[in-house]
Amino acid sequence: MTLLEVTDLSVDLPLPRGAVRVVDGATFRLDAGESLGVVGESGSGKTMTALALMGLAPEGARIGGSIRFEGRELVSSSEEAMRALRGDRMAMIFQEPMTALNPLHRVGVQVAEPLVLHRGLSRSAAFGEAVRLLERVRLADPERAAHAYPFALSGGERQRAMIAMAIGCGPRLVIADEPTTALDVTVQARILALIDGLRVETGMAVILVSHDLAVVAGNCDRVLVLYGGLVMESGPVEVVLRAPKNPYTRALLEARPEPGAPRGARLKTIPGAPPRHRDVGAGCPFAARCELTVDVCRTARPPSVAFGAGHVSRCWRAAEVGEAP
Amino acid sequence: MSGFARGGFSLWLGATLAAALLMIAALSFVWTPYPPAAIDIPHKLAQPSLAHWFGTDSLGRDVASQLIAGARVSILVGVVAVGIGLVFGVALGLVAAFRKGVVEDSIMKACDFVFAFPALLSAIMLTSTFGPGVVNAIVAIGAANVPIIAKLTRATANSVLAREYALAARAAGRGPLAIAADHVLPNILPALIVQATIQFAIAILAEAALSYLGLGAQPPQPSWGRMLSDAQNVLYNAPRLAIYPGAAIALSVLGLNLLGDGLRDALDPRLRARS
Repeated sequence: MTLLEVTDLSVDLPLPRGAVRVVDGATFRLDAGESLGVVGESGSGKTMTALALMGLAPEGARIGGSIRFEGRELVSSSEEAMRALRGDRMAMIFQEPMTALNPLHRVGVQVAEPLVLHRGLSRSAAFGEAVRLLERVRLADPERAAHAYPFALSGGERQRAMIAMAIGCGPRLVIADEPTTALDVTVQARILALIDGLRVETGMAVILVSHDLAVVAGNCDRVLVLYGGLVMESGPVEVVLRAPKNPYTRALLEARPEPGAPRGARLKTIPGAPPRHRDVGAGCPFAARCELTVDVCRTARPPSVAFGAGHVSRCWRAAEVGEAP
Repeated sequence: MSGFARGGFSLWLGATLAAALLMIAALSFVWTPYPPAAIDIPHKLAQPSLAHWFGTDSLGRDVASQLIAGARVSILVGVVAVGIGLVFGVALGLVAAFRKGVVEDSIMKACDFVFAFPALLSAIMLTSTFGPGVVNAIVAIGAANVPIIAKLTRATANSVLAREYALAARAAGRGPLAIAADHVLPNILPALIVQATIQFAIAILAEAALSYLGLGAQPPQPSWGRMLSDAQNVLYNAPRLAIYPGAAIALSVLGLNLLGDGLRDALDPRLRARS
């Protein structure tokens, strides 16, 4: 069953020197209980896509295209309607658990907040529910954590509290924006396993935003590869990562360190730097760094080429991209 | 380390002076040595004595009683003028921070416009237009406080709204009013308290200046500024009459400024980390 259907989503941010399109023509869908990875480097538009889905794009941003969530169009929805959805039907987990909790309120009170807001629970009943939620996210001592202020918790514990806050009302969609970037590697794996476990348990869909291909590979059904605001490639994780049909995805995979590589072997890199949005022009944002660039790449947006099983690549020469090494 | 130890000597001394000012003002409601406005011509310009601690003025009024009763006007003007500044300033600042865009720009430009007039001059203009008196003085001083508080509120609120927990609160479906009450106000309160304390001192000074010019408190209401202007007529015979209210004003303003500085040291986490 389709939970979320995004068609030709665009986000224009107003800057002093004119609007900049940071997300351009994103099209994807998400079924209930499915997990979608969104990968890309800084500035590729992955966070802006996530915020646009929540209706939280920055003040003055122009959202184009269509976002249908549970059959409802969100782009044209009022702020009041969006507020009723947020924290209830859709929730978000943030990157920085250190700053995503207000230092002045007890953790339990903050976890309880959506329950007060959307379920009409009394503050004390919601606090009790918050303790149970903290237990569900496997915090060691949920009672103590609920009464603690955020500074008393570790980064991993705070991220668990954020997850508890997100799942409180049983959302159908949880957007996790780099939920493990600020955490130790060992804690990362546990947090990701927790999110995945909750997804299976509750049947909610998860959008996992990350710059880490390995994180997406291990935790997602499907993947969206973003570059310069454009969805370069999308499809089932194992297909996209094993047989990429886009030169950017392929270059990313080749840049991974190989276990067992000979000593002194250099990592493969992508030459150049990501383009600034206003420099892209009409062509493919990756054209300046791509090995396969031909003239048309610099002058026209690449077409979407389908390869079956929902695998789509935006590239003029998609058919010529070989298997991953 | 406790907040008081961090504020150090200035917090301690400032709090003591401010508390003394408050207590003297409170005392004036129940007791003054003499009725402060009671004229006693035979005993005019008396030297300080046990009967008249600070002597009497040119109309024989007891100076100590006038000083005690004058604290009341200073406190009244300070509290109400700062209150006006806080109520309107915080509201305007929050609206500016939450609405952004044209609303924010016009509020901030309006604040700049008010800033462009020297506060005391606009107070003189207001009181001379609408008539002298404590109420008009309070409104004039309070109006000058509004843009200061509004600018501070907007700047600090914007820095709170840029934090992730403000975004997280929106992602949980909370509206702007709830975010303002739960996340913004508690986090900007320390800055507001410090600024309010300093504005309080400025308000006392402004009231004294307006009363000295005859635009603030009117006779028979005792006021430190009016005592100063009365003393001016007999400055060569009895200079002490100018010194007492002057010292009272100076000590009050000093105390409140020290309190503000001390509170800033005690409440600002950035200063805390440095020391």
